[in-house]
Amino acid sequence: MALNIVVCVKNTPATTALAVDPSTGKAKLDGIQFALNPFDEYAVEEAVRIKERFPGAKTTALALGPERAEGAVREAIARGVDAGAVAVLPGWEESPYAAAIGLAKAILKLHAESPVHLVLFGKSTNDVASGLVGALVAARLDWPAVISVKKIDAVDEKEATVHRMMEDGVDLVKTPLPAVIGTVKEINDPRLPSLKGKMAAKKAELKIYRDADLGVGAEADAALKAVSLAKLSPFPPRPAGVRVDGVSPQDKAQKLVAILAERRVI
Amino acid sequence: MAKGTLAVVLPIRGSLQPSAYEALTAGKALAGFLGESFDAVVVSGSRGAEFAKDLAARGPGRVHLIENPAFENFSDEACAAPLKRLIEKEGYARVVVVSTINGRLLAARLSAALNAGIAADVWGLSAEGGRVTAKRSLYGGNLIGDFAFASERQVILIQPLSFERAQPQASPGQVVPADSAPGSARAQFVSFEPQPAGEIDLGSAERVVSGGRGLGNADGFKMIRELARVLGAAVGASRAVVDSGWIPYRHQVGLTGRTVRPKLYVACGISGQIQHLAGMSSAANIVAINTDPDCPMMKLASIAVPGDVNEIVPQLIAELKKRKGA
Ligand SMILES: Cc1cc2nc3c(=O)[nH]c(=O)nc-3n(C[C@H](O)[C@H](O)[C@H](O)COP(=O)(O)OP(=O)(O)OC[C@H]3O[C@@H](n4cnc5c(N)ncnc54)[C@H](O)[C@@H]3O)c2cc1C
Repeated sequence: MALNIVVCVKNTPATTALAVDPSTGKAKLDGIQFALNPFDEYAVEEAVRIKERFPGAKTTALALGPERAEGAVREAIARGVDAGAVAVLPGWEESPYAAAIGLAKAILKLHAESPVHLVLFGKSTNDVASGLVGALVAARLDWPAVISVKKIDAVDEKEATVHRMMEDGVDLVKTPLPAVIGTVKEINDPRLPSLKGKMAAKKAELKIYRDADLGVGAEADAALKAVSLAKLSPFPPRPAGVRVDGVSPQDKAQKLVAILAERRVI
Repeated sequence: MAKGTLAVVLPIRGSLQPSAYEALTAGKALAGFLGESFDAVVVSGSRGAEFAKDLAARGPGRVHLIENPAFENFSDEACAAPLKRLIEKEGYARVVVVSTINGRLLAARLSAALNAGIAADVWGLSAEGGRVTAKRSLYGGNLIGDFAFASERQVILIQPLSFERAQPQASPGQVVPADSAPGSARAQFVSFEPQPAGEIDLGSAERVVSGGRGLGNADGFKMIRELARVLGAAVGASRAVVDSGWIPYRHQVGLTGRTVRPKLYVACGISGQIQHLAGMSSAANIVAINTDPDCPMMKLASIAVPGDVNEIVPQLIAELKKRKGA
């Protein structure tokens, strides 16, 4: 059986410089452009590279959120992914806890059609930024998970051997499949969408799953309320800084060291 | 009703990290807000009794010891099973873990197993009327989110260096052995390659010295490493220089790199684009050394030093060495 890879992607604001909308208490998103979450570019590229290594392998991009979530799926197709699916669950994308429940159900749908071997994720998102969704999806599916992966050494339909970037070095980890793999930027150097890819993205017919298809209706309330954004606020401005002037580099260095010593940071 | 806060401590490669003491502080504070008990648990492959005793001296009422050679190399699947049993048996409502790679994986398993709401990279905690609120940064560190929990149980991953390290106290807590049968693990650790000796991890460093394109070339990192060495700091970098191959990716600070929260961040020849600031803007003290007095990093800095890094950094190293020698 050929390798079947799902890559989970999110459509996020193309900028992180967002203001708070006082009427909703959420980030002000009107007029903001959305794009493929930058971290997901690496997961998408890795899916495409594995496909290129394994003729016959199939790749599907899966997104969750409001209707516009499909933007990320189409961008993944433009970058070489074969097919796309969207779990249309508006508001669920705001909570990593809820998003993982919805994504896991959608993955099970894909898995039932054709067994999935690998589910790839980016490290985090540039909006909610929990870095948790991949691990939570694995937990919901009861599949093994390896996150922070900087290299996939060997992979076949049975198992994968990967290099995991840890705080203190690099682990080599072997996991049977199906499994969830979370990537980091070092894993590859993503290519830009090709013209052919962009055409395919425009034409692609996406699978659309709604709450009834996923059977999440009964769980929705608990999933969305378990943890939710109660308040969003800007960081208070940092206290004004001091400027170290001096007649020479040595003079400046001496003054800097004196300030650091006074502040007890050295 | 579940009640009580539990800090989960995961030693790595046979040693206890100082961030474990930060989890004790966070957990004890949370339990204090809620007027409930605070305990800890250590999941260890070896030296468990020693670690448990150390932790017990720093605030928890009890420290459960889950020890089994199966935990020597971390496995989220192996650890989650006995922890879930412990949490259910004792009825804990809240679990506090440090946001590391291992912590994230384990916390996710516990969240799903217990249907507990979860938040990661939390740097502030409060509770009112029995409800917990966790503060964390969103949108590349530009906005603060207050996350309210409504689930009966909660899993909270704290950001390293956001809470004080708990100190030994007069009356130690009690160490109690717990059921230590591991869950069956599918993903298997094979081997480990440590980073070069003497390198300090960015994520838990109290001081960070970072270099950017202003260094001029890859050689500039020689003086950055030397400055880091005399300061006892970790070495960071901007994406521009990582992409240019001047230094490996593991040193990158920012949106697509690591997030740091040191007492001191020294930015050498880094302009301070929003994606870099995403990883370091909550440092307590920011020093910027830059030829452009108007760049964003110089404006953000607590201490701005206008000038050429290639002139100032060597003088800074010399001054710090003099001071050490004195
Ligand atoms: C999606 C996305 C994600 C990104 N993620 C990250 C990330 O995680 N981390 C990150 O750092 N960037 C990230 N970036 C890149 C970021 O936008 C900047 O390009 C990058 O941070 C710039 O690095 P720099 O400050 O070293 O270089 P520059 O912006 O070129 O700045 C060089 C600085 O050096 C100063 N300088 C020059 N010569 C000297 C001298 N002799 N002495 C002193 N100062 C001197 C200049 O005045 C200038 O301020 C990301 C970008 C995107 C689009």
